[in-house]
Amino acid sequence: MQALDLARWQFAITTVYHFLFVPITIGMSFLVAGMQTAWYRTNKVKYLRATKFFGKLFLINFAIGVVTGIVQEFQFGMNWSSYSRFVGDIFGAPLAMEGLIAFFLESTFLGLWIFGWDRLPKKIHLASIWLAATGTLLSAYFILAANAWMQHPVGYVINVEKGRAELTSIVEVLTQKTALATFFHTIPSAIFTGGAFIAAISAWLIIKKKDIEMARPTLKLGAVTMILSFIVISVTGDYTAKIMTEQQPMKMAAAEALYETTSNAPLSLLTIGTLDGTRSVFQIDVPSVLSFMATGDVDGTVKGINDLQKEYEQTYGPGDYTPNIPIAYWGFRLMIGFGALAFLFAALVLWQMRKGGLPHGRWLLPAMISMPFLPLLANSFGWIFTESARQPWAVFGLIKTEDGVSAVVSAGSVLFTMIVFTLLYGVLAFIEIGLVLKVIKNGPATELDYEDPQLGGSDSKPLVMAY
Amino acid sequence: MSLETTWFLLIAVLWIGYFILEGFDFGVGILLPFVSKNEADRRAVLTTLGPVWDGNEVWLLVAGGATFAAFPEWYATLFSGFYLPLFLILISLIVRGVAFEYRSKYGKAQWRQRWDIAIVISSLIPALLWGVAFANIVRGVPLEKSAEGHIEYVGGFFNLLNPYALLGGVVTLSVFITHGAIFLSLKTAGEIRVRARAIALKVGLVAALAAVSFLLWTNMMLPAIDGVVVVLSLVVALSWVAGLAMTLRGREGWAFIFSAGTILTFVSTLFFALYPRVMPSSLGAAFDLTIRNASSTPYTLKVMTVVAVIMTPLVLLYQGWTYWVFRKRVSASQITNPERGVLDTASHILHQ
Repeated sequence: MQALDLARWQFAITTVYHFLFVPITIGMSFLVAGMQTAWYRTNKVKYLRATKFFGKLFLINFAIGVVTGIVQEFQFGMNWSSYSRFVGDIFGAPLAMEGLIAFFLESTFLGLWIFGWDRLPKKIHLASIWLAATGTLLSAYFILAANAWMQHPVGYVINVEKGRAELTSIVEVLTQKTALATFFHTIPSAIFTGGAFIAAISAWLIIKKKDIEMARPTLKLGAVTMILSFIVISVTGDYTAKIMTEQQPMKMAAAEALYETTSNAPLSLLTIGTLDGTRSVFQIDVPSVLSFMATGDVDGTVKGINDLQKEYEQTYGPGDYTPNIPIAYWGFRLMIGFGALAFLFAALVLWQMRKGGLPHGRWLLPAMISMPFLPLLANSFGWIFTESARQPWAVFGLIKTEDGVSAVVSAGSVLFTMIVFTLLYGVLAFIEIGLVLKVIKNGPATELDYEDPQLGGSDSKPLVMAY
Repeated sequence: MSLETTWFLLIAVLWIGYFILEGFDFGVGILLPFVSKNEADRRAVLTTLGPVWDGNEVWLLVAGGATFAAFPEWYATLFSGFYLPLFLILISLIVRGVAFEYRSKYGKAQWRQRWDIAIVISSLIPALLWGVAFANIVRGVPLEKSAEGHIEYVGGFFNLLNPYALLGGVVTLSVFITHGAIFLSLKTAGEIRVRARAIALKVGLVAALAAVSFLLWTNMMLPAIDGVVVVLSLVVALSWVAGLAMTLRGREGWAFIFSAGTILTFVSTLFFALYPRVMPSSLGAAFDLTIRNASSTPYTLKVMTVVAVIMTPLVLLYQGWTYWVFRKRVSASQITNPERGVLDTASHILHQ
C-alpha cells in the first residue's frame, strides 16, 4: 500500500475511534449537569446519587475522548501536510478558535467539577459542569464549521501563485447553512447517544432491582431525551439531505445508488450493483420518495451518478469523480436504521412506564444491552457516509484527497504509526469497557447530602476526590 | 508591529505557557516513585495535578492550532518533518492522560504499579523530546524546496539526534524535573515536601550545568553575537540560581516563580534566536521558513488577533482562578483508605 492509502486508513481509524467518545461526552455532560441541577434544586439525594453514578461513567469515557483528540489536532500536519498548506489560511482558524474558546473552558471547568466537590460552594460547582458542557458544545461547533467548509467551501479565494485557498470572510465560514445544519444534526445525535447510555444503564439497574428509586427517573430522562432529540435529528437530517443534494449531488446519488438521472426518483430499499459500479442489477424501490427527500417535490429531478460523472469531467477535467457506492449506500441506510431502532426501544420503554409502571418483558434485557451501541453505530456510519461520499475530494471541488497527503512521510512511517495507534486504541477500549462494566455492576453508591463547602475547602479534612 | 511578528510572539507565548504548566506536570509524573514512600503519598502527589493537568495540556493544542492558523507552512513542514518524535510525544500524552484518570480506580497493586510505570515513562519521553525538537528548530534542519514549491524537511529521523539537540533534550528534561519538584514542595505537606525539595536542589544543579552549556553553544552557533540573546541567556542563568537559592531557603512560592521565570526566559531566548525565521534550513538561507513565507494572509491573522485579544485574558483569568481554588497543600494524611479504589467492592480492597 502507498502512504496515501495508509494515511487514509489512519485518519479513518483514529477519527472514527475518537468520535465514539465525543458524542457520549457531549450528551452525558449536559444530562449529568441536568441531574446535578435537579439535586441542587430539590435536595433529593437520589439525584446526587444519579449525578455521581453517571458522572463516574462520563469521566471514564471523557478520558479517552480527550487523549485521542490530541492526535486529531496534529494529524493534519503529520499525514496531510499538503492539505494543511492548501487550507491552513482558512481551516486553521476554526481549529485555533476551538482550542482557545472551547478546549480551555471544557478542561478547566471539568477539572474544577471533578475535584471541586469539597472546594467549591454548591452553586459554583454546579456552574462548573454547565460551563464544561458548554465547552463541549462550542468545540463541536468550530470543528463542524471546519468540516462544513470541506463539504462546501465558502468565503475564500484561490491564490494561484501561492497554491492555496485564502480566507475572505470568517463570518461566511462560521455561519454558512451547511455548518449550521451539520451542527443541529450532530449535536442532537450526541444528546441522543448520551440519552441512550443513561436509559440503557438505568434499565439494566431496574432489571437487576438496584436503586430503582434513582434508576426510574434517570431511565425516563434518558428515554425522553432520546425521543425529543430524535425528532430534531429527523428534521435537520431532512434539511441536510436537501442541502447535500444541492451542494454535492454526487453524494446524494451515491447514497441512493441512483445511476441514471430520474424524476419521481424512488427511494431505494435494496440495491445490488454490477462489479464495475455503473449499473444496478437488482433494486427494490419506493416510488417518488427520493425526489421528495432531495428536492421537497415528488416530481423533482435527481441527477444520477453517470450524468454527474460526465458533468464533473467537463468541469474539473478527466478523472474518476464517483465515490465508493456500496459504502455510501449502506452507510446512509445503517445510520438511519440504527438510530431508528434505538428510538423504537426508547419509545417502547416510555410506553411501558406510563402510569407509574416499570419496563418489563423478555425483549427488554437484550434491547437495553444493545441500546448504547446503536447510536454509536449510527454516528459512525453517518460520518463514514458523509466523508467517504465526498471523495475523491478532500475539500469539495478544490483539492483532492490524493493531493493532500504529506510528501515527505514514507509509507513505512505511516504504517508503523497506524499499527501502534490501532493497538493502543484497542487496549484502551478494552480497559475502558472493563471499567464501565464495573461501575454499572457496582451500581450507584450511597451518598449523603452535605454542607455547602467554602471556596478553597480545607487543608486538613479528608479529600472527597483524590487521584 | 507587523501581524506576522505579533503572531510569532503569540505562538511563543503559547509555548511558554505550555512549558511552564505542563513542564511541572511532566516533572511530577517522572518523580512519582521518587518522592513517595507509600500509596497515600503517591495519591497525594497525583492529586496535586488532578484538577489542572488537562487544562495545562490545552496550551499545547492551542499552540498547534494557532500555528496551523497563523503559519500553515510552519505547521505542515514541522509536523510532517518531525514525524516520529511527534508521534512518540502523542503516544505518551495519550497514555499519560488515561493513566492519571484510571490508576486509582482499582486498589490492586499490580494494576496501580503498571499505571505508575506508564506515568513515569510517558512523562519522561515528552519532557526529553520537546527539548530535542526545539533545539533542532533553532539549530536548523535540512529543509529544501520541493518540486511543488513548498519548503519540506528532507532529513531523516536520525538527523534529529545530533549532540546539540540531545543536550537540548537533557535541558528540558532536567529543568522540568526540577520545576516539578519545586511545584510539589509548594503544593504538598509533610514528607513529600521535604523529599521534593531535596530532589529539586540535586537535579537543579544538573539542569544548571546542562542549561549553561546549551546556552553557550547556542550563542556560539549564531552567525554573529546577538546582544539580546546574550542578555536573555544571562537572565535564564540568574533566574535559575535564584530559584535554587529560594528552594534552599524554603521559600517555595518564590522558588516556583523563579523556575517558571527561567522557563519563560529560556523559551524566549530560543524564539529570539529564531526570529524572524520560524524554521531555519541547514541547507542555506534560501530555504529558511520565515514569518513571511510561512504565514497566513493578513485577513486571517487579523481575525485571529481579535479572537486572541478577547480570549487570552479570559482564559488566564479563569485558569488562574482554578489554581487559587486549589491553593491548599495536599497531604498524604488527607487521603482516606489510599489502597481502596473507587471501583473496588469491599472484597476487593487491597490488604498490604
